[in-house]
Amino acid sequence: MSGKGNYNGKGAKMILAKTGNEAMAYAMKQINPDVVAAYPITPSTEIVQLFSNYVSDGEVDTEFVAVESEHSAMTACIGAAACGCRVMTATASQGLALMHEMLFIAAGLRLPIVMAVASRSLSSPLNIHGDHSDSLASRDSGWMQFFCETVQEGYDTLIQAVKIAEKANLPALVAIDGFILSHCQERIETLDDQAVRDFLGVRQPQYNLLDWRNPILVGPATLQDYYFEFKRGEIEGMNQTLPIIQAVQEEFGKRFGRTYPALEEYRCEDAEAVLLLMGSACGTCRVAVDRMRAQGKKVGMVKLRVYRPLVWQLLKESLSKFKRIGVLDRADAVNSYGGPLFTEVTSVLYDLKEKPQVYSYVYGLGGKEFSPDDAIAVYEQVLSGKKDELVTYVGVR
Amino acid sequence: MAKLKGWRELPCGAIITDMAAVKENKTGAWRSKRPVWDKEKCKQCLMCWIYCPDSSIMVKEGKVIGINYEYCKGCGNCASICPAKAITMEKERK
Repeated sequence: MSGKGNYNGKGAKMILAKTGNEAMAYAMKQINPDVVAAYPITPSTEIVQLFSNYVSDGEVDTEFVAVESEHSAMTACIGAAACGCRVMTATASQGLALMHEMLFIAAGLRLPIVMAVASRSLSSPLNIHGDHSDSLASRDSGWMQFFCETVQEGYDTLIQAVKIAEKANLPALVAIDGFILSHCQERIETLDDQAVRDFLGVRQPQYNLLDWRNPILVGPATLQDYYFEFKRGEIEGMNQTLPIIQAVQEEFGKRFGRTYPALEEYRCEDAEAVLLLMGSACGTCRVAVDRMRAQGKKVGMVKLRVYRPLVWQLLKESLSKFKRIGVLDRADAVNSYGGPLFTEVTSVLYDLKEKPQVYSYVYGLGGKEFSPDDAIAVYEQVLSGKKDELVTYVGVR
Repeated sequence: MAKLKGWRELPCGAIITDMAAVKENKTGAWRSKRPVWDKEKCKQCLMCWIYCPDSSIMVKEGKVIGINYEYCKGCGNCASICPAKAITMEKERK
């Protein structure tokens, strides 16, 4: 199993220039999973391509399975994970959509598969650029979902996700915004190979399909008598994930000096308006907040890093402090009562006695640019409280 | 029938650990066609045993001795894979 590896002493702690995809592939190399089954798709192609180089160069012990589709990729991952292996893959957009039915099976079997996603819009019309439509459409599949702001965060989160998934016995998806992060170079601090492997240890599977001394049946037919009971257990598994995520964060922070709370407030003290969002645009909003604060305007940003589990406890605690909140979705729920994150946030706030004003914005679909000026315009509107439309589509002509 | 378990008593993941339950649940009645094994033509290569998705090829001391119709669902994999054409699928009649 993982952890042994033919560790060659390379890959010490370094400062490197890496794109998001390079960083994800590098993290996978350091994790040294037992099995990777994947199929290439823009913008995540490089993750798998670069990882396959590590396989060819003998830098990992991974069994690499080149499959004929994403559906098969996830199927192979499920089979390997059921046999006790540490398993990873990567995909995006239509690829994640093609995996859709298998996502539920991975979660239902409680298999800790970890997947890097370079977020991308869904066809039609065809578009290869970044938005969150792919992951958000997989919301109810039972996977944990992490959205990263930077390449560094993507690298760190992918490593953490392996530990979180294995403790929770649930699969996890780590999303970096397509092109914005996947193809842009950043200065990142990498960890030592051995430090990563020590941090993760060896997977201790709940069950092992290949243990012939203790035969089990995996994925049985359960009818009206047992299906709901198994599902109830899976739901409880997800309910228990937040403390696991926080504990792994804390341990990662202690060892390596970097932490990422599930929900982060940026310059929110005395803020009259905040924006809540996920992914790389959080960085954009930090710039906008700094500029507006310099002009004496009281604005802040709330970054949501964990979309599943829905950290409603943290959302309620944080957002109840503010009068005006804009929720920015990088995906649309097509005629829902606001964007996908917006509807969940308003549900969370429903039982507050004094409810804040919450406004829905959808931005950046298909990679449409979302600049600090765009963010400032949204802040100004949220501050003014003058918004007639239910959903405002930022920057749409 | 045994008392049904509550969700807290079930194992993590949709797995069945009690293999007796699998044995009890006889699934051969689903079959519309039955594989018929010809002992004379059989070369004992055991390909049918490998390909059977339901352990319905009965093997004793490394040799096929017949087909277990209590569980065989008649998928026909064994007949299809048999290089000696020792298994043929016949219609179930009642």
